[in-house]
Amino acid sequence: MGLELYLDLVSQPCRAVYIFAKKNGIPFELRPVDIFRGQLVSKDFSQINNLCKVPALKDGDFILSESTAILIYLSSKYPTADHWYPSNLQARARIHEYLGWHADCVRGTFGVPLWTQVLAPLIGVHLPEEKVQRNRAAMDRALQELEDKFLRDQAFLTGQHVTLADLMALEELIQPVAVGFDLFEGRPKLTAWRERLEAFLGMDLCQETHGLILNILEQAANKKIPDPAPEVYPYMLLRISRIP
Amino acid sequence: MGLELYLDLLSQPCRAVYIFAKRNGIPFELRPVELRKGQHLSDAFAQVNPLKKVPALRDGDFTLTESVAILLYLNRKYKVPDHWYPQDLQACARVDEYLAWQHTTLRRNCLRALWHKVMFPVFLGEPVSPEMLAATLAELDATLQLLEDKFLQNKAFLTGPHISLADLIAITELMHPVGAGCQVFEGRPKLAAWRQRVEAAVGKDLFQEAHEVILKAKDSPPADPIIKQKLMPRVLAMIQ
Repeated sequence: MGLELYLDLVSQPCRAVYIFAKKNGIPFELRPVDIFRGQLVSKDFSQINNLCKVPALKDGDFILSESTAILIYLSSKYPTADHWYPSNLQARARIHEYLGWHADCVRGTFGVPLWTQVLAPLIGVHLPEEKVQRNRAAMDRALQELEDKFLRDQAFLTGQHVTLADLMALEELIQPVAVGFDLFEGRPKLTAWRERLEAFLGMDLCQETHGLILNILEQAANKKIPDPAPEVYPYMLLRISRIP
Repeated sequence: MGLELYLDLLSQPCRAVYIFAKRNGIPFELRPVELRKGQHLSDAFAQVNPLKKVPALRDGDFTLTESVAILLYLNRKYKVPDHWYPQDLQACARVDEYLAWQHTTLRRNCLRALWHKVMFPVFLGEPVSPEMLAATLAELDATLQLLEDKFLQNKAFLTGPHISLADLIAITELMHPVGAGCQVFEGRPKLAAWRQRVEAAVGKDLFQEAHEVILKAKDSPPADPIIKQKLMPRVLAMIQ
């Protein structure tokens, strides 16, 4: 059995892994995991990843979680172009610098609109407007820092070439866009970065990767999103309670 | 000008960087940045890191922030022993996995435990409700369980038989609630044994030196009111 990737394309880090593997022609079996049908907390999946999280990678007996670790593993093991995770000391340091800041300021924050607009209502939870506004403000601050500290006048986030950092960022920023919050509007620099990145990745691959999340509002409106399985409720409630 | 490290040992990631550099005999100039005096908010420090956070590294013209980035940079540039961040693909991936996981889990919970239990009431003069403190400590407890069950398991160190960056980052995080007076290791013999091994591998003297400041956190003098005003919004954002 070759490389297996356990992914749910609703999830931002899953999309980063998917797009990276596809773009680099890395052969893998896609193992779809449907978070909201409770597959994450199923007995089968917990044998794969005892932390019950996606994305997860299985390479023979070797099981790995955490998108950053997976991306680095894939870029080291398979013949991928150097620019994704350069061997140059300083260039590589810039990627880790971005990922550290991303963990604090982007991860968690940009996923909130999907929760407030689509996921929490599925289990009858409505977040107060105060939290929605607080999240907007946090996203605004993060986007400003993204432009001022990372992007600046460069083509991509850590220099003139696409790296793992750009993939992680793109997939997070798409999440609020999918529920109608167009954070690229009024941000020409960021828009240009997104266009460059998507052109590099290829429109077909982007559509394939983003199709599910970009349709989420329509699915919700047409009641096509299944009711979450009861065993998922604790995870969902915990996630919702963490929203500042 | 050689390597400069901008640090305040009050901060967990600063301690990890300090210990790593010292343990590996990496020569550096220590540039203290006193967080409780608001020095990280100064114009001078903004020249080093416009995001106004420690740790920061300056190596000639190259400035770098974020502790994991700094540790990996030092690791590669100074050719330290392999066990810190192994060349082996899978062993390295395990360290990467821990370093990624800990950021939003152990790191967050240890930070909140310190601030809710000690820094808000003692340093900032802001009371914290017993419910909030209890919730924070409960989350910390749950994370400690995950640390033991999913990472440490029956191994000597978090990612294998030898100490790595994962253990260094983890131990410096756990000393935050210890500094706040939380009984992190009591009733957790596995974790306590791991701690002893990590301290021995780092060197007891160095470990103690690096943790002097955090162990006196409860004796922090109250913040100057003007500094408190400047610190509050950033502290609140930090512990979300």
